[in-house]
Amino acid sequence: MPGIRIPIGPQHPALKEPESFTFELDGEQVVNADVRMGYAHRGIEKAFEDRTFIQGIYLAERICGICSTSHTTPFVLNAEELLKLEVPRRAQYIRALVGELERVHSHLLWLGVAGHEVGFDSLFMYTWRDREHVQDMLEVLSGNRVHYGINTIGGVRRDVNADQIARLKEMNKLALARTEYYIRLCTAEPTFISRIKGVGMLPKKDALDLCAVGPMARASGVKRDVRKDDPYCGYDEMPFDVITADTCDILGRAVVRALELVQCYRIIDYILANLPAGDVKIRAPRRIPPGESIARYEAPRGENIHFMKSNGTDKPDRVKVRAPTYGNMPATLVTLKNCFVADIPIIVAAIDPCFCCADRMVRLVDRKGRDDRWSWAQLQNFAREWISRNRRA
Amino acid sequence: MDLIMTLGYLLVFPGVVFLFAYATFAEWFDRKVYARLQNRIGPLHTGSSGILQPVADFIKLLSKEDIVPAKADKGLFNALPLFSLASAIAAFIMVPVFRVNLPYTSFPGDLVVVVYLLSIPTIVYFLAGWSSTNYYAMVGSFRNLTQLFGYEVPLFLAVLAPAMLAGRWEGGVWLSANWQISEVGRFYMAHPYLIPVNIIGFFVALIALQAKLERVPFDAPEAETEIVAGALTEYSGKKLALFRLTIDVELVAGAALIAAVFLGGFVLPPAHVGTIDFSPFFSFLLFVAKTLFVIALLSLGRALMGRLRIDQTVAFSWRWLAPAALVQILISILLKVLLRL
Repeated sequence: MPGIRIPIGPQHPALKEPESFTFELDGEQVVNADVRMGYAHRGIEKAFEDRTFIQGIYLAERICGICSTSHTTPFVLNAEELLKLEVPRRAQYIRALVGELERVHSHLLWLGVAGHEVGFDSLFMYTWRDREHVQDMLEVLSGNRVHYGINTIGGVRRDVNADQIARLKEMNKLALARTEYYIRLCTAEPTFISRIKGVGMLPKKDALDLCAVGPMARASGVKRDVRKDDPYCGYDEMPFDVITADTCDILGRAVVRALELVQCYRIIDYILANLPAGDVKIRAPRRIPPGESIARYEAPRGENIHFMKSNGTDKPDRVKVRAPTYGNMPATLVTLKNCFVADIPIIVAAIDPCFCCADRMVRLVDRKGRDDRWSWAQLQNFAREWISRNRRA
Repeated sequence: MDLIMTLGYLLVFPGVVFLFAYATFAEWFDRKVYARLQNRIGPLHTGSSGILQPVADFIKLLSKEDIVPAKADKGLFNALPLFSLASAIAAFIMVPVFRVNLPYTSFPGDLVVVVYLLSIPTIVYFLAGWSSTNYYAMVGSFRNLTQLFGYEVPLFLAVLAPAMLAGRWEGGVWLSANWQISEVGRFYMAHPYLIPVNIIGFFVALIALQAKLERVPFDAPEAETEIVAGALTEYSGKKLALFRLTIDVELVAGAALIAAVFLGGFVLPPAHVGTIDFSPFFSFLLFVAKTLFVIALLSLGRALMGRLRIDQTVAFSWRWLAPAALVQILISILLKVLLRL
């Protein structure tokens, strides 16, 4: 049956967020794939312009429900660069600590979702149990499990005491032990391997050409990690390796993420042992001098880019967020070509998609200056016409 | 009197009423074992430790809105759930739960009938998917049929082996296989040391049953994350409830078949205490224990693995399952001829 087009999304059990994929099928084989984004557009970039910089931090935290600190950190890094603030080293280390814990829980989440997409629900249940453990660690640190509210312009809002450090060290050991079990599991369980090995190939050339980011690029042998390439938050002092794989498939992405977890635990251990003494915050003025700044941050899903333009008031003139899922979209369409229908969910899941974070809107303005805003009555008329046109005979 | 007995047998015990109770219990048991294996608790609130949860699900579905797609073949779409449930129930009634010899339900050849009755629901799923004119359902129903060609032959070959071993010699001539389930069970009850001989066939049949029930790792036809609910995507309300009950009944019937053929069955010789024959009671206990054992193994398989792609399923069936079943038949024939059992 050539030429059948099936929609996956905007509502589909495989997708945890709305996104519309259209696949052209030849039997069980996908001939062509297309994506339409924008179903979860929330107008966040515009909302930044109505909020002060301090309020903006909490808004940035809500760009993503999973990697929340991955958006606040570049936001405050931008503000600090415009203010030319020297953030205390202790604060930078705490930021890195929260960032790494967040990476751990995000990667564990991904491992579970990957298991679920290939029908391996036991893996899903177990990794999500241990994700709870990591969230408990974040609770010890910040009092919150999801939105930690740790960053502020000029430092962090909470200090870490010796008792917390001791507890985190203990909890980190358990997390490491459990993770090592999962690494053994996802490199040994035959049904899991048979579903992800050689599936969703992204050759190194395509990964470079299409600007893939994060584990997606690293699994194709591109050694790219902002923490090493453009260090921030004291990552240049911390011992860790950039994990790459050269299998270019989903197995590679799983292995990269799983081994990155071990590096995360290494960094966390290092930070807990070598936390510099000193203040955690310096005072920052409310108004930020005019200027433009770009910050790059290695989020769990890949490179996250924030742009900030200030006009000298206490509110930003423009904030632009390029979430990693957006960067990975072109590469995903390449990986989807010539796959099986059965592999679609796992291939889409392999980029660890976070569509809400990525949805941006571009509005093309009519150069003749026509107003394309509709009144309520016009909308109602349009709806009535549409229904009468499309009503079933 | 005979008529009343027969009706009672068909409708109450071990017919429809008992089957409904036991099938929902089996689903609860399966869900509970699966949940414990995944470090979860499973159903908890309806009835004692959630034992009534499948019944509650069934009633809830009955009360839900029932939608028939506008372009579907309505007659077919409405009739199919009843058809599949009826064939699954008929299959179960053929498996002797305890020592009753009704001519309608136990006769030479019922083994073949049960295997065929158990494949009717799969064909019904195919028709259901096809008649609902939905792309997901169509892809699902193609996979249903593809998978059927994968597991059906190994399953049949696997249950053939113990039946052959249980065949009779008469006047120095081997009268081929014994096609009556209760007789096969009785043979292994009399020769329990022969049960381990069929171990390969047991696992082949177990895996094939897992595929027939479309459970992980063979749940490609209803893979939730790919094609929503496969062939049953467009079904809702009462019809979906009946289909789900069909799957539960199939689970029980398949487990009972495997337990009867491979694990020595449930038919015990008469055990009189005074004038009362207690053997039906013990037979029933044996039935529960053995079917639950099989269901627990099936749950274990579901928890341990991920989903295979449909081509992998079929390749696995023909590369490993079918040859293994043939090896089992070879072993049975050799034993039968060499030992003159």
